[in-house]
Amino acid sequence: MDAVIQVNNLVKQFKDVTAVNGLSFSVESGECFGFLGPNGAGKTSTIRMLYGFSPPTSGELFLFGKDITTDWREIKSRIGVCQQDNTLDPDLSVIQNLTIFAQYFSIPRKVARDRAEELLDFFAMTHKRHAKVMELSGGMVRRLILARALINKPDLLILDEPTTGLDPQSRHQLWERLEKLRDDGLTILLTTHYMEEASRLCDRLIIVDHGKILVSGQPTDLIKEHAGHHVFEVETEDPSFAAFLEKDKIPFDKAGERYIVYASEDSDLKTTLQEKTCCAKWTYRLSSLEDVFLRLTGRDLRE
Amino acid sequence: MIRLNAISWRFRKVWKRNLLTVRETWKINFITPLLEPLFYVFAFGLGFSGMIEVIRYGGAELSYVQFIAPALVGTAVMYNAFFETTYSSFVRMYYQKTYDGILATPLSMEEIIIAEIVWSATRATVAALLIMTVLGIFGFVSLPFAYLLTPVAFLGGLAFGALGLFITGIVPSIEMFNLPFFLFVTPMFLFSGTFFPISNLPGWVTPVARALPLHNLVELTRFFCIRHHETPLLFSLIYLFCFTIVFTLLALVTMRRRLIK
Repeated sequence: MDAVIQVNNLVKQFKDVTAVNGLSFSVESGECFGFLGPNGAGKTSTIRMLYGFSPPTSGELFLFGKDITTDWREIKSRIGVCQQDNTLDPDLSVIQNLTIFAQYFSIPRKVARDRAEELLDFFAMTHKRHAKVMELSGGMVRRLILARALINKPDLLILDEPTTGLDPQSRHQLWERLEKLRDDGLTILLTTHYMEEASRLCDRLIIVDHGKILVSGQPTDLIKEHAGHHVFEVETEDPSFAAFLEKDKIPFDKAGERYIVYASEDSDLKTTLQEKTCCAKWTYRLSSLEDVFLRLTGRDLRE
Repeated sequence: MIRLNAISWRFRKVWKRNLLTVRETWKINFITPLLEPLFYVFAFGLGFSGMIEVIRYGGAELSYVQFIAPALVGTAVMYNAFFETTYSSFVRMYYQKTYDGILATPLSMEEIIIAEIVWSATRATVAALLIMTVLGIFGFVSLPFAYLLTPVAFLGGLAFGALGLFITGIVPSIEMFNLPFFLFVTPMFLFSGTFFPISNLPGWVTPVARALPLHNLVELTRFFCIRHHETPLLFSLIYLFCFTIVFTLLALVTMRRRLIK
């Protein structure tokens, strides 16, 4: 069986910027695939090529085994896209946003109305049926965008930063819905800045920077490989501390006065470090995907 | 690049979307075309009739109001279509991101463009019909014959809608629409044989006026409203048709260049 998404050596070149630089990956049916990277890594450019919005400069892009440059209409009718911007139609009500969108997919009116009601129910928005988009809270806007992306019962859901700017309550609510969809077997491609989101939802992910893939794999494997099992964050001005870590070949990063030290599961680093830095401020926690992300893409600000 | 093969009848779904949004606000939308011609007719009819006894046009002698009333139908077509694909389309494209949303569905950019132009022509035609009816009640337009103008008004709407969308594809910001309005639409409104026959203009200006799209539209509206005209009707029809084709193709180019990156 063909992969749902097959990307081969994809390149997107704008005037003087190479946004996507030879990207290759594939997404299998039923998997939730994470596409992570800092701002300007080429996430949105890639997604726009995936749903046929912008043409690739070079490379191949197949969805459901079809070529996006020729079979775009068929591909677009089988995917749901949740764009980063709020692209809801402010001239229409909540329910119209769903039913009119259904018309773009040539879904019969009656089917569209039933489907819209189902989706409003699923996203707990039935009571807002006739509200204008302008009257909705940020969380509801996101839920409606997601509902709209599902109106055509897509075989692939593309989510471009679905929870950016949401409060924790709304975010968790959205995650629960996405988990439900994933568990029902929907193939999902997700970009996000929230590592917690990626660890929670993604079966597999890639971290991209400057238009190239840095790593790919399952979240837990990536954490183990790149950030160990535990992390010690030590704040010390002791100049010999770095030398000590380097001598023992202990992996660490330095951010200002703060050392981030990575330890494997069975290491006795804790006692060693406690002895070494008795008076320093320090934290001890489990390694996370965020550690992996920062290790690989650096701690410098982007843009 | 023009992708003609990306255009299908699916464009009518975007047209329907626009229709639905207007249905919510139609009362406000159609007050203007109902009242505006009356303002002109009263202002010029009462104010000018004492000064201008008769207008010689197309081999007939007309009162001033009789002369300008049918032209108001043509100018309304221009304004309605042009306004729709400039300011309104720009708001949908840039501020509301309506097109971005639609582009995530099986519809193409080209279909959105065609839908916007056809929609603007629809609005323009409805406005023209309303104005004709109002003017007809006052006896300035011969009804029901004038209703035969409907397809021509639609063609005029397509022409100015396409022109507007071509400009929307190149303006940097919404404020810049002042420029085409000031440099093109307003002069055309004044010098297209609307308020005086173009034969009154100095010799060298007449051919320029004759080449304006609004002049050709006004000639046609005047024929259907009061059955007088000076420019060959077939010429005006072919002119508007070609104008529509050229500017639709140009709109496809500029809008695609603007939106598809």
